[in-house]
Amino acid sequence: MKQRVQPRTLFIGLSLLCLLAVWLSLALGPVSLPLLDTLRAGLRLLGVPIAADGLEQAELILGQIRLPRTLLGLAVGAVLALSGVAMQGLFRNPLADPGLVGVASGAALGAAIAIVGGSWLGGIPEWFAPYLLSVCAFAGGLGVTALVYRLGRRDGQTNVATMLLAGIALTALAGSAVGLFTYLADDATLRTLTFWNLGSLNGASYARLWPLLVVTLAVALWLPRRAQALNALLLGESEARHLGVEVESLKRELVFCTALAVGAAVAAAGLIGFIGLVVPHLVRLLAGPDHRVLLPASLLAGGSLLLFADLVARLALAPAELPIGIVTAFIGAPFFLLLLLKGRH
Amino acid sequence: MLEAKGLHLQRGSAEVLHDISLSLKPGQILGVLGPNGAGKSSLLGALCGELIPSQGQVRLGGRSLAEWAGQARARQLAVLPQVSSLGFAFRVEEVVGLGRLPHASGQQRDREIIEAALHAADAQHLLERSYLALSGGERQRVHLARVLAQLWPGEAGATLLLDEPTSMLDPLHQHTTLQAVRSFADRGAAVLVILHDLNLAARYCDQLMLLEHGRCHALASPREVLTPEALKAVFGIDVLVQDHPERGHPLIIMR
Repeated sequence: MKQRVQPRTLFIGLSLLCLLAVWLSLALGPVSLPLLDTLRAGLRLLGVPIAADGLEQAELILGQIRLPRTLLGLAVGAVLALSGVAMQGLFRNPLADPGLVGVASGAALGAAIAIVGGSWLGGIPEWFAPYLLSVCAFAGGLGVTALVYRLGRRDGQTNVATMLLAGIALTALAGSAVGLFTYLADDATLRTLTFWNLGSLNGASYARLWPLLVVTLAVALWLPRRAQALNALLLGESEARHLGVEVESLKRELVFCTALAVGAAVAAAGLIGFIGLVVPHLVRLLAGPDHRVLLPASLLAGGSLLLFADLVARLALAPAELPIGIVTAFIGAPFFLLLLLKGRH
Repeated sequence: MLEAKGLHLQRGSAEVLHDISLSLKPGQILGVLGPNGAGKSSLLGALCGELIPSQGQVRLGGRSLAEWAGQARARQLAVLPQVSSLGFAFRVEEVVGLGRLPHASGQQRDREIIEAALHAADAQHLLERSYLALSGGERQRVHLARVLAQLWPGEAGATLLLDEPTSMLDPLHQHTTLQAVRSFADRGAAVLVILHDLNLAARYCDQLMLLEHGRCHALASPREVLTPEALKAVFGIDVLVQDHPERGHPLIIMR
């Protein structure tokens, strides 16, 4: 059989890749900084005592713009990839995507309500206005996922197939509601809405970053504890039960983690597709399906891949910026087709 | 050791099991026979807690099934379903290793057990192969090795439930598989196995249960159960029953 990459080699490789992505993401942009200056300014930001001569501008750009953006990219990529692993495990299908439980479409609906409805409402307190979009998107994602989960339950059991179908139906429903808001929107809000749906790391700020970082940390610590249970779940639900796994609570945790993670990611950066689908797949091709390796490796790979996609988004049409969702879909969709075609043999 | 008393099972409006009582004893193999739809798999589902009986109860080691915590139960009771749908490219030893999940016996010991279980299921040559690249029969043997590893070495107290473990196997491996189950029982495990092949059942089982429309038609030794009259009544087949010339167990010959 095909050789697998040893977990240790994989983790070293992915860590280096991740560091490289962070470094480039900090250095490159409309104002590109020399790589060495970036490194020195970055170390200074971390508190390493290095002479500041000539680094003021670099430090300012890094601290104010590039660092929050890079952290946002890492966190979004990491949680999307982790949620992809969780959903592919839950549905026991390597082609499953975090969007299946309705979290992305729910968040899109929440965002549409905030963007279009917010301009009608007016009287929103000023301090809350910048968070309105994120909060609505997060609530929308969580709400629709909760409904999908509820619809999948019967007699104290969660039927994954019913959940899948309920997810498809609610995604269509939320899509039509978003369409309605799009129709009602004026030109300015229409533009905001459209760009939000394409995703972007632009405008990253520490204020929008920290809720996502907390969620990322929580999910990244929680899911690996369930790695062995996820392995057993791939055999089938009753097989997992016979192996002593509390399957119902595992399914609940997986759905909850995904709703939380994707909700927070979408709230912070809009809709970014294909990372959750493609990254776990790539890692599985390299290192096999064992979740003890798959989860941490997907976290690293997802963060790195999203940073590279963001670099393309920033640099392809510089000084203009492409929405990152276009980049991930442009790379992800052909890759997905390739997997489908390969799977036929 | 697993005991069922007065099991009734309802599926929709139909009663698929009617007043079934049985007990799996250490060191013994109970074979369950019956035509399609007789309730064999439903019985297995009720015995492992997957299906909830409308009446009667199942006790494992003297305690009701529901009282067991998941992991503790998994160390005593293993179940091999008829088909498994695993769609991920695990290696054979990883699939078998999942059987060690309820235990904390350490990597070294687990590896020994995985090898021993693969050997018992005559699948040791599949080591390091991808599960997805295996044939149906090979997969079945890998899953058998997985449930054997779960209860390894099969001491008294361990209970193994097998749903048609030989359905996809060639003649040689039908025998090696049941031989492996036999030696598992000889070490003290209690086994229930659903079979279709009457001669395999006659050869390897200590007790046989003949199921018909969810009712127990007979529960006794193979010699007492496998009579031309019973087989005519339950399966509608005309058979001769003779002694195996070398081994002495009943041999079923279609007329």
